[in-house]
Amino acid sequence: MLIAVGSLTVMGVALGGILGVAARLLHVEEDPLEVELQGMLPGSQCGQCGFVGCSQYAAALAKHEAPVTACAPGGKAVAEALAKRLGISADLSEHEDQVPEYAVIDEDLCIGCMRCIQDCSVDAIVGANKQVHTVIAEVCHGCTKCFAICPTEAIHMCKVPVTLGNWHWAKPGAELH
Amino acid sequence: MKLFPVRGGIHPEYRKEGSSEKAIVALPLPRALYIPLQQHIGAPAEALVAAGDTVGKGQVIARAQGAVSAPQHAPTSGRVTAVTEIAAPHPSGLAQMTIVIEPDGQDAWADLPAPIADPFAADPQAIKDRVAQSGIVGMGGAAFPSAVKLNLGTQHELEILLINGAECEPYLTCDDRVMREHADEVIDGARIMAHALGAPRIVIGIESNKPQAIAAMTRAAAAVANVEVVGVPVQYPMGSERHLTQAITGRETPARKLTADIGVVVHNVATARAVHHAVRFGRPLISRVITVSGGAIAEPKNVEAPIGTLIFDLVVFCGGLKSEPKRLVNGGPMMGQPLPSLEVPVVKGTSGVLALTAAEANEHPTGPCIRCGTCITICPCGLSPVEMASYIRKDNLDGAQKIGVQDCVSCGSCSYVCPSHIPLVHFFNYAKGALAAQDRERRRSDRVKTLSEARTIRLEKAAEAKRAAMAARKAQSASTAAASTADDKASA
Repeated sequence: MLIAVGSLTVMGVALGGILGVAARLLHVEEDPLEVELQGMLPGSQCGQCGFVGCSQYAAALAKHEAPVTACAPGGKAVAEALAKRLGISADLSEHEDQVPEYAVIDEDLCIGCMRCIQDCSVDAIVGANKQVHTVIAEVCHGCTKCFAICPTEAIHMCKVPVTLGNWHWAKPGAELH
Repeated sequence: MKLFPVRGGIHPEYRKEGSSEKAIVALPLPRALYIPLQQHIGAPAEALVAAGDTVGKGQVIARAQGAVSAPQHAPTSGRVTAVTEIAAPHPSGLAQMTIVIEPDGQDAWADLPAPIADPFAADPQAIKDRVAQSGIVGMGGAAFPSAVKLNLGTQHELEILLINGAECEPYLTCDDRVMREHADEVIDGARIMAHALGAPRIVIGIESNKPQAIAAMTRAAAAVANVEVVGVPVQYPMGSERHLTQAITGRETPARKLTADIGVVVHNVATARAVHHAVRFGRPLISRVITVSGGAIAEPKNVEAPIGTLIFDLVVFCGGLKSEPKRLVNGGPMMGQPLPSLEVPVVKGTSGVLALTAAEANEHPTGPCIRCGTCITICPCGLSPVEMASYIRKDNLDGAQKIGVQDCVSCGSCSYVCPSHIPLVHFFNYAKGALAAQDRERRRSDRVKTLSEARTIRLEKAAEAKRAAMAARKAQSASTAAASTADDKASA
């Protein structure tokens, strides 16, 4: 009896000790959820969410300290994916009305200063020093970084138009049951 | 020939008698033709003409762009008056780039490619190229570039070329008339397509409510081997390519696959006729037969009209409207789309124009679902419309996707039978569009991620190179300094 109790106690203490040491030694620095959330974000580090970059936003999201709707370039699709992963229901009504945008450079005002080119996180702007710059509309994801940095206010944001290619039927009326 | 049963389906009133006995009549040249650059699935064509240019009949006025696309040709000779945005024959009423031609009345042909003398001895690729350069697209309504479909033989083992003459939509009689009046041309086009595809058998499926068409086609097919004309049961949606294939072969096309995966390629009868014209005479697709019908049309007709004719001109040619239409429909009443106005052009996929009276449209306010399950019984795709609609109503598109909303062919049978008049197919059309939009969004954000990662790597590489250059320069200056001190020492 005593031998049994004694041996189990010794085993318990020993195994507990090993687990305790392992938890310290094999400690995971990063929150895996944070990494996963960061993978869902566009990764353009535009800062429109109010955080310095995508990783900081992901960290705040993992701690439930930031709303899932803050990522402007990600739009509705990213907000939905984040809400699904975090298991929360997000109010996406704001995103319903928000139309994706792209940047356009007014060629009369552009002085060819290269600032927007250096700042663009997806290399959507082409141009050279003292030459007029232009935005490749299909590549631009509307983060507005260039809009903010342009010294001559030559950049404005345009709404991505509804075309025959992206139009689809609206949801049938809400009065239906 | 043994036929196989197809599940579900409905038996609407066919109402084809308004136009079925009217021979095809050619429309006199209208005052202006409006040729949209996109009349097909895929990338829009690129305009090759500008305002002021003169064009000959059949001249290429816009070239295909990309792998899935189709060129556009001038339907008659005349002068290009503008290349501008004009409302498209699309429920959204959005504008698209359109070439406007003012006919000169000569109707003079431009230089056409030479006819292929013996198409059955020709290289299949030559036929596919001719079909592609003639701008032929599926004329049953979907307008998918036919040359791309003729290529399916290269990747799939094909058994049957199925020519679709089912025409299961109520009111429409254009395919019926083409088969009755131009049976030889359809059979010849079908044989040319089968040669291009490498398909050993040709089956022509016609709903048995068109006995004259079946008789005419059987007569025309009697002279040639390997062509069978089959009367299929009158059951909407028999004209859907998946369902017609099932009725003929007994094989069901798997979800998200093509009929080619089970050895069958389906083309419409009017497409076969267009292939005949392109191969035998070098003529591109510049006109098509359209049924103009419905209770509000004074004299319903089957009209052969140049592509680009305003629907307004078609309606005027058919005696105009005799009463106020409740609905203007582009295509048949089951799967057709509402027309934004009469001021839109006829395109390659326009099979019919219907002006329906209020009695024909038969619209009712929507009531609550009574859980009768009729929609499940009749769904020809084996789906559960009531369940999908309740998911979509609650914005759970993923739920609807899981139970197969993307396998819905939008035939509208569920909406037709619903005793509560719930617009079920509208929900599915919305869901399919919204899911496609989500998919585009996802692909876009993936691309943003790839681009920004590539940029980060590039910036790191540049910084690394700079550091390396700096270090090299430092090392060099240090060694020069050391050398000069050594020299100093030596001289001292």
